[in-house]
Amino acid sequence: MTSFSSQLFAILSAVLILVIVIEFLRRRLLRERHAIWWVLAGVLALIGGIFPGIVAWAASLLGIETPINLVFFVSVSILFLVCLQSSSELTRMENRIRVLAEQNALVSLRIQKLEALRDSDRDTCENE
Amino acid sequence: MPQGRTLIVMPALNEEASVSAVIDEVGVALPGWTRLVVDDGSTDHTASVARASGAEVISLPFNLGVGGAMRLGFKYALEHGYDNVVQIDADGQHDPNQVPSMIAELSNADVVIGARFAGTGEYSARGPRKWAMVLLARVISRSARTRLTDTTSGFKASGPKAVRLFAEHYPAEYLGDTIEALVIATRAGCVVRQIPTAMRARSGGTPSHNPFKAAAYLGRATMALTFAYIGPVRTTRAS
Repeated sequence: MTSFSSQLFAILSAVLILVIVIEFLRRRLLRERHAIWWVLAGVLALIGGIFPGIVAWAASLLGIETPINLVFFVSVSILFLVCLQSSSELTRMENRIRVLAEQNALVSLRIQKLEALRDSDRDTCENE
Repeated sequence: MPQGRTLIVMPALNEEASVSAVIDEVGVALPGWTRLVVDDGSTDHTASVARASGAEVISLPFNLGVGGAMRLGFKYALEHGYDNVVQIDADGQHDPNQVPSMIAELSNADVVIGARFAGTGEYSARGPRKWAMVLLARVISRSARTRLTDTTSGFKASGPKAVRLFAEHYPAEYLGDTIEALVIATRAGCVVRQIPTAMRARSGGTPSHNPFKAAAYLGRATMALTFAYIGPVRTTRAS
């Protein structure tokens, strides 16, 4: 009985993950390239929830005595990869922002100079 | 006299107290040369003070660090047809009277460093900070195939080849504007030379002698050096 309720809990959790990820994707709050890991996590959780035998079989195949450790290992691995991807994206964003800041500074200076030139032209026209 | 046009770039972060004096000094030492102050997101009146002192001023919307400010200086130089760029710090630590001999040396090199430990001047460092400087000098000297004693000097002159390279690849990371920039230059086939320059005490603050900070500096310098060498070779984009 306990195993049935815990299995139900696992399945519902996995479904919840997938529903949230799909909803974020649908609302364009998450790009597909970032969602792929979360979808993978949700699908693995769902498979593991429905067929706990697969987890036990995979664990024994890898020589892991307690199947739950395989679940922890895979979870941590996915979180690690997602975190690494986010950090790397952040670095890319910072580089792009830096280039934009540089271009913005160059363009601002040009506008400032053009305006000064325009104003001095206007003055000379008025004086003539 | 310099071959081609030279731009003096002064990165400045909250230097309203000293920037005006440095601009004037550069103007006296190098009359008629364009002085570009890169205001690196200052929160004081650095930009307006510098403009009033007769410098060209370009302002970044937020702080990017010396490397980021210098890359903007190199971009400005490229856009406005300058051949050479000389970096002079806005805190008055570099003597603008040394610039003509650095520019003259650019006929034999792409990057000329105004080095502090090469005979003239009274600048000194001790402990881990000194070990870091010696280590960096040895490693970078080897790849530059010349003897360099001061690789962390900000006082540098860059020729046309280096300006094109740095406008795209000048690093913004910590220590990137000194160590990594030199490694990028030598790996891209630029010739690096140094000439001895007297260095004056900084008008604001003294270099830290805290042993923990110095040890952290050694660690970060070693890391910056390692990643500079294992990174991809940077080249200028084919135009």
